[in-house]
Amino acid sequence: MSENRLYTEPVAGIPDRMSGNEAVANAIRQINPDVMPAFPITPSTEIPQFVATMISNGVIDTEFIPVESEHSSMSAAMGASAAGARTLTATSSCGLAYMWEMLYVAASDRLPVVMAVVNRALTGPININADHSDSMGARDSGWIQIYAENNQEVYDNFIQAYPIAEHKDVMLPVMICQDGFITSHAVENITLLPDEPVKAFAGEFEPEHYLLKKDETMAVGPYAVSKYCMEAKKAQAEAMKRAKDVILEVGKQFGEMSGRTYGFFEGYELEDAEYVCVAIGSACGTIKEAIRALRAKGVKAGLLKVRVFRPFPAEEIAAALQHAKVIAIMDRCEGYSAQGGPLAADVMAALYRAKNQAEAFNVLYGLSGRDVQVEDIEGLYAQMQQIAEGAAYETYQYMGLRE
Amino acid sequence: MEQTFNFKEIQNREDRLAPGHRMCAGCGGTIATRNVLKALHPGDKAVIGNATGCLEVSTFMYPYTAYEDSYIHTAFANAGATLAGAETAYRALKKKGKIDDTYKFITFGGDGGTYDIGLQSLSGAMERGHDMVYVCYDNGAYMNTGIQRSSATPTYADTTTTPAGKVSNGKPQTRKDLAQIMAAHHIPYVGQTTFIGNMKDLYTKAEKAIYTPGAAFLNVLAPCPRGWRYETGDLVEICKSAVETCYWPLFEVIDGKWILSYKPKNKLPLEDFLKRQGRFKHLFKPGNEHLIEAFQAEVDKRWEELLFLCQE
Repeated sequence: MSENRLYTEPVAGIPDRMSGNEAVANAIRQINPDVMPAFPITPSTEIPQFVATMISNGVIDTEFIPVESEHSSMSAAMGASAAGARTLTATSSCGLAYMWEMLYVAASDRLPVVMAVVNRALTGPININADHSDSMGARDSGWIQIYAENNQEVYDNFIQAYPIAEHKDVMLPVMICQDGFITSHAVENITLLPDEPVKAFAGEFEPEHYLLKKDETMAVGPYAVSKYCMEAKKAQAEAMKRAKDVILEVGKQFGEMSGRTYGFFEGYELEDAEYVCVAIGSACGTIKEAIRALRAKGVKAGLLKVRVFRPFPAEEIAAALQHAKVIAIMDRCEGYSAQGGPLAADVMAALYRAKNQAEAFNVLYGLSGRDVQVEDIEGLYAQMQQIAEGAAYETYQYMGLRE
Repeated sequence: MEQTFNFKEIQNREDRLAPGHRMCAGCGGTIATRNVLKALHPGDKAVIGNATGCLEVSTFMYPYTAYEDSYIHTAFANAGATLAGAETAYRALKKKGKIDDTYKFITFGGDGGTYDIGLQSLSGAMERGHDMVYVCYDNGAYMNTGIQRSSATPTYADTTTTPAGKVSNGKPQTRKDLAQIMAAHHIPYVGQTTFIGNMKDLYTKAEKAIYTPGAAFLNVLAPCPRGWRYETGDLVEICKSAVETCYWPLFEVIDGKWILSYKPKNKLPLEDFLKRQGRFKHLFKPGNEHLIEAFQAEVDKRWEELLFLCQE
């Protein structure tokens, strides 16, 4: 950890170098949230460590709660958020799984907690490396999920998190995800924003109702009989739908501030692509590298990199894929459905509704930190070309398995 | 801080747990909650927390709440952590000048949410020293889910997961001593109480717990008519006999010092506590005298330990 770049305002216009965890810590420093409960788990542990160190040195005045478990970390985050405090936490893997029960409650109580998720394989066998099984398992918990390819994106996403979560049309918790070690620990170039514009962009948390509001009491977390419960769930579902517009608006405003505009996904050489990978996270950098080489050879290869997985931009993704001949949907997470992974399930459904009958298949890759190399991706595009010429294929296959 | 106990003034205070909730007649949990909240000084604000349980599902059923103060329930295992988060937010917002009122933080859990599934969360909140009170209304079983045994259930009690039967005498184990576990956290205040006379013991302990800076724990024996199987009118007599038999001693631990609140002049035999409760009915069958003797020996042993701790 380099103290200088983490604890002080960046010099305007001068690129810096840091890891994804340091990038998130820098965004936290700039936003200075009110409360952070956290329990350590690899590879997200550094984030609460950085925050605690910044508090210890007077850099920020966030209240840190060193809870005794992730279940308590999410519970304390909910108590703090309901009380009117801007709240965050961080976790990975089994830590996220241990929060499971509370993830649903946080979303249902409409508490705009932000969580830095450093993606790591769920145990079975225990493994500390990157895959998306932790946050993918929480995809139906009612949290907004935004994924990053690299340290720059996770920093940018974190700055956008509170304006999305706390928007009055949304009021939902947000996970800001990055790949464990590959993004969280690898040091890369990054352009940080000056402190003041970031503070102004994040603004202040001003909830309409909260436990400590003057001259008003509030009760949170009722027992709701069937007569009322379904309406609460529909209202929550509507908020998730409204989040789409807010995410786009915040991504646009962020672009006006930084020059980096964000949408639901990034298309790389996508417009005229015949062979398209759909993927999430750090592997997209590797895929882009393969595409550059293929394009040089005249192969119309492209990438659709999903940034926002919840809410799922189904129509937009289907529209962006309308010219593709062959689509490889890449999951860094097993679904154990005997049908493939979660990204494929949602993308396939989107294609079906759009009456898109492109050849589409699911590739399981990179589980538990299995390395993904440019050659693997080149092989995948070669397979897509063969499929376009009529080769038979499995709709659910693994990439990079040992023989 | 300690004021003279004025029964009339206290009973005339506005209830912070409003009537109209759906708890059973003869329920100790409601009496505990209502009277602990009476110990909040008039005009003081509070955030009330709650573990999932009878109290929660019966006092905050959408769209009605029985609480006059702000209230939060999130789940079963985490009343300690949830209120700890709210208390931390209070300090954070006060530090930043965003709020100026003074709030007290009090959370309630049954013995299931406190002795068992919520023990870790409670321990964490107490160890970290949040300025809050955790109140356990101990009715000695998981009553909300249908009278299953807990680690607070007394020996030989007939519960739905330790049914007394042809080859079983009810719960084989003895009960956990949670107040002692909390005292081992070296928090500033631990109190154990129940409903005696004009509630002076409960009131004064609740007031100390609420107004002592730092983490405080209050254990309140709170009988359950469904689980204990008594006539609702017997509730006060049962509480009294729990104390007079030394099954449920009244004590405090203030800054590590153990203080006995009440020492019966004539310690009554345990049968006085057991006889009004259907859950112990099988102990009175001919041939089961040895069970009551064993239970009595356990109560005696714990009472002697407590006398030693209190240097009585």
